[in-house]
Amino acid sequence: MKTYRIHALVCAGTQCLAAGGNGFKDALVEELKQHGLTEEVLIVETGCMGSCQLGPRMVVYPEGIMYTRLSPEDAKEIVEEDFLKGRPVTRLLWKQDEKQFLTLHETPFFAKQTRIVLRNCGFINPEDITECIAQGGYESLARCITEMTPKDVIKIIKDSGLRGRGGAGFPTGLKWELANKQISDTKYIICNADEGDPGAYMNRSVLEGDPHSVLEGMAIAGYAVGAQKGFIYIRAEYPLAIKRLEIAIKQARMSGLLGKGILGTNFSFDVELRMGAGAFVCGEETALINSTEGKRGEPRKKPPYPVESGLFGKPTVINNVETLANVSVIIEKGADFFRQFGTDKSPGTKAFSLVGKVNIAGLIEVPLGTPLRTIVFDIGGGIPEGHTFKAAQTGGPSGGVIPAKHLDIPMDYENLPQLGAIMGSGGLIVMDETSCMVDVAKFFLKFTVDESCGKCVPCREGTRQMLNILEKITSGLGTMEDLDLLEKLGNVIKQTSLCGLGQTAPNPVLSTLRHFRDEYIAHVKDKVCPANVCSMKAKK
Amino acid sequence: MESEKIPAVDKEIRKWGTKHESLIQVLHGTQESLGYLPEEVLTYIAKKMNVSLSKIYGVVTFYNFFKLTKDAEHVITTCLGTACYVKGGEAILNALCNRLDIKPNEITKDGRFTVRTVRCVGCCGFAPVMVVDGKDIHGKLTPETAIDILEKYM
Ligand SMILES: Cc1cc2nc3c(=O)[nH]c(=O)nc-3n(C[C@H](O)[C@H](O)[C@H](O)COP(=O)(O)O)c2cc1C
Ligand code: FES
Repeated sequence: MKTYRIHALVCAGTQCLAAGGNGFKDALVEELKQHGLTEEVLIVETGCMGSCQLGPRMVVYPEGIMYTRLSPEDAKEIVEEDFLKGRPVTRLLWKQDEKQFLTLHETPFFAKQTRIVLRNCGFINPEDITECIAQGGYESLARCITEMTPKDVIKIIKDSGLRGRGGAGFPTGLKWELANKQISDTKYIICNADEGDPGAYMNRSVLEGDPHSVLEGMAIAGYAVGAQKGFIYIRAEYPLAIKRLEIAIKQARMSGLLGKGILGTNFSFDVELRMGAGAFVCGEETALINSTEGKRGEPRKKPPYPVESGLFGKPTVINNVETLANVSVIIEKGADFFRQFGTDKSPGTKAFSLVGKVNIAGLIEVPLGTPLRTIVFDIGGGIPEGHTFKAAQTGGPSGGVIPAKHLDIPMDYENLPQLGAIMGSGGLIVMDETSCMVDVAKFFLKFTVDESCGKCVPCREGTRQMLNILEKITSGLGTMEDLDLLEKLGNVIKQTSLCGLGQTAPNPVLSTLRHFRDEYIAHVKDKVCPANVCSMKAKK
Repeated sequence: MESEKIPAVDKEIRKWGTKHESLIQVLHGTQESLGYLPEEVLTYIAKKMNVSLSKIYGVVTFYNFFKLTKDAEHVITTCLGTACYVKGGEAILNALCNRLDIKPNEITKDGRFTVRTVRCVGCCGFAPVMVVDGKDIHGKLTPETAIDILEKYM
């Protein structure tokens, strides 16, 4: 094998490419040629490392020097100064609070994170299976199918306490055990890569940066429950992730890690992609099953649950991308290792897409139970331009807001619901005083009104009525009775809707009413929008 | 049906088969090559896959992604996901619409431009974001930079 003096890891995730990353890479290739360094410096195109706002970025090993906000013009200086003379180009280093950080691990953004799911994202070339295997990829699968029984696998996952990362937090080991007990000639594994929460991209980054971790998790799930076929249901809005998955599946098949008789055992498992077509409700598992069958993505009544009767009426395990990406680590390092992180009831880590009004927006991973304050202020570097933190929103259109007085809340499956928020899939949107909470509630409700599939009345008609009331309030025509009506209606919709979409749709309204009732009252009584967002037609 | 459209459909049906569960994938592939899903094509797919036309219509209209009419030459999609929304995505949308003198989803009279909205393209760290023709992603926009980008295509 060839060895190189320097490895330059250039991000080829969607966001860095969008910021002009390709131009930089091309310029770098050209400079290396000009200086005769092509034999000494290896450029590795990786997935997203998380610090998206500072992209395009590059990390130069062996030292791990991190360069940010690169433009093609910077390539020459980096080659001449760093690669030839070993002098870091300080003007391109990470700067924060007037400090400069030489390597990536020194930055507060990375220092406070624990990366399990994102372990390889940004460090390997996702289009080359050998890099993944060099990092231990597929070792856990090999161990499962050669040394362990399906029951052993399920036991480790159960002991680890891993909970579904798609939103509801259902114990993964238990789900697998239920599916394992079903007697059926055919069973299926589905990876839910629909990532519908608008404002979240954790799953996208894993699929783009480390697709094999998901394939391996699916194959292990297949072995544990007795399924031979898996589907990945992915949003059509993610073309790069689709391309990387197609490459990964092909390479895994060629290496004998997917397909018939994996690694010479009699375990067979193969994976196919299914593209979504832009319908939020298809993230809900029974709607997703309908869509995978080529139908309209309307939800089904539960029970029967998918583990009993799912895809084509067969027992089906549906897991989120991030859930599956945790699996091989748990098998490799054991349940106790996993339990070192997080809390007793919410073990492990969680990826968040930390976006909105924060200084360093990006993709992060922290132990469950990490206080919101640590995430926003230590990792995210606080609120930009002298503004103040007002609220953080989690759980997207199904979730709620966390106000400033609860900044110390541990982010986990137990504490968030107590504030009327939910963990959700990991979207974390930070808002400052320029956001109006009534407007934000209206924003989410508009989303659910658009996305309600129309099958059940409470969700189709009820959310519409709630939206009408909110529109009244934000144009200054609301009354105090409207606030009570919103709450009443919201609770009815929650209790009577068919699927999770309707059952959670009122949450953004109920939660803002709970924590920011003053702001609603200002719209109603004083006819003013304190954040100056709503165009109040009626003046007092 | 116009003969040049048939090979595109046939290719997809060959790739995915005629089982009903392949319908959405066939529609995806067909739309990718033709740009939209004209009625004659849907009728053809119905016959080939032995699915009723009404069922296909039901599927096509359920999903936002499928289009029954021909699109503008350039489709500009502004993101109104949460991250983009709190960072001023609406101002971008309005600026683009004003510049082109259309409402969202309308096509300019010359058929060259349309402005749509999308809920998150997964580039939230770059909010607010817009995508031109489904592939060129531009982030950290202001209304002014968005117009500059638009004008490059005009
Ligand atoms: C309206 C709605 C949208 C959902 N969207 C997603 C999604 O985008 N991704 C996801 O993994 N789960 C989503 N879920 C949750 C799934 O129904 C399901 O619980 C999850 O995929 C199970 O996987 P897990 O146990 O690994 O989390 C959604 C649920 C509802 C009700
Ligand atoms: S919210 Fe606009 S890209 Fe995610």
